[in-house]
Amino acid sequence: MNSRLRWRKFVSRFMLTMTGVCALVSVSVLFFILGHLVYHGGTSISWAFFTKLPAPVGETGGGMANAIIGSAKMLLLATLIGVPVGFFGAIYLAEFSGGTTAFVVRYAADLLNGVPSIVIGIFAYSIVVLPFKHFSTLAGGFALGLMMIPITLRSTEEFLRAVPTALREAAMALGASKWKAIVTVIVPAAYRGILTAVLLAFARVAGETAPLLFTALGNRFWSPGWNQPTDSLPVAIYRYAISPFEDWHRQAWAAGLVLLVLILVINIVARAILSRGIAVPRS
Amino acid sequence: MHASVRPVLSLKIPPTVTSAAARETAAALSMRMTISKLNFFYGSKQVLFDINMGIATNKVTSLIGPSGCGKSTLLRTLNRMHEAVRNARLEGEILLDGQNIFTQDVTSHRRRVGMVFQRPNPFPKSIFDNVAYGLRINGSNVPISDAVEKSLRRAALWDEVKDHLHKSAYELSGGQQQRLCIARALAVEPEVLLLDEPCSALDPISTAKIEELLVQLKDLCTIVTVTHNMQQAARISDFTAFLLTGQLIEFSPTPQLFTTPGDPRTEAYITGRFG
Repeated sequence: MNSRLRWRKFVSRFMLTMTGVCALVSVSVLFFILGHLVYHGGTSISWAFFTKLPAPVGETGGGMANAIIGSAKMLLLATLIGVPVGFFGAIYLAEFSGGTTAFVVRYAADLLNGVPSIVIGIFAYSIVVLPFKHFSTLAGGFALGLMMIPITLRSTEEFLRAVPTALREAAMALGASKWKAIVTVIVPAAYRGILTAVLLAFARVAGETAPLLFTALGNRFWSPGWNQPTDSLPVAIYRYAISPFEDWHRQAWAAGLVLLVLILVINIVARAILSRGIAVPRS
Repeated sequence: MHASVRPVLSLKIPPTVTSAAARETAAALSMRMTISKLNFFYGSKQVLFDINMGIATNKVTSLIGPSGCGKSTLLRTLNRMHEAVRNARLEGEILLDGQNIFTQDVTSHRRRVGMVFQRPNPFPKSIFDNVAYGLRINGSNVPISDAVEKSLRRAALWDEVKDHLHKSAYELSGGQQQRLCIARALAVEPEVLLLDEPCSALDPISTAKIEELLVQLKDLCTIVTVTHNMQQAARISDFTAFLLTGQLIEFSPTPQLFTTPGDPRTEAYITGRFG
């Protein structure tokens, strides 16, 4: 009896330690990356980084203003494509579709979510780049937008489904049509979750490199309008990191830091907006 | 004859359990709603069998019976909430003021027949916006703040919330939330108010408040309530219907049903031999 108790205590302590260590490892990976970025990026970042074009090869200095603007334009385009399609698709899935349709759409969205991003890039290349005969901001934004659709769709759907049936019934019992109930009760009740979903999708595609390689291509100069090759932060990081120049490596670190801070800031701002308004309590 | 003045007992009480005295009391009443030959199915499973009853105007009618007897389903058919359920099928007729409710527009029907649910279900909005909801979606041209105050007063909640109308409805206690839901339903001035076990999630004091409220409200509208609690049915209702496995066993004036039940199954249920 006593030895059994000792064995159980040993197992308990062992498992507790193991889970704790695993939790620590996963968190420390994040902090290691963050620390490394801040250490290397922070020392190379300067005002010029945000305002200047890349310096010609061989010269030090210069910045990534064109890549920052390029990323911003493509993310804007991606959001305009991915969020409405994902959002309205999710409303259909959560509120209107029957069993079979919902299953097929959900399954397809999950598959699309799992398609390697480089394949999305090839697809955008063949349907936007080839007909226009141009690498462009448009093609890059389109590829990123495609990637945002399934992420937004699936998570928005989950949040809509999580709205208690009691609220739908309450709205309907007051004479609200289905659409009225969705617009005035269900979406407002789920909007925190939906915004979180959109942000996750945004953050995910903000760092995507592969789909931009042969859609937006890259550009060491400004890219006015939507129909020319453009630089973006992830592609610039890739190009600078594989270069042989020490100065470019430092710029790549700085770009990584900027990308991370951008995502962090958007997250914080959105959460600040979210903390206003009334949440549905968990029952 | 117009349905709303049809005598109660000819339609709603199975002849076997109808006493002459009950017939006389009931004959003086007019019927707000009339249910005839109602059969209800979930898929192939029949849950209500040939229900015939009337809902008397400005009275409280209680539906009692053991779990699964179909009383909530019956209540939900009265404002067509069953239509949201897949595979639900209904046969028969329900009249509101002499008109078949199934030929009316469903949203305007639900404005006339409001509903309060088992668990308080306020919207994630302020107290004010909860009560105003029905008026706003229906594009009412009544001044909204007056209507909100009137509804909250009717639901006996005004004095408790008048100083923080713009706080979240979730900051209220469970009993207050349920009265808020009643106020929200009353704001669109329904002719009939349905309550599906409105006190089952509440403590005894909140329950007492709601019971008292319902008795007052019957001057404003006709009330139908489902309850598990027989004492509650006895305290608040004018008529009580006893359902068992989807059948209406007995439907009488409340004092009669509880003192001299006409059916041995009713007697067995109200004396606590089952259920």
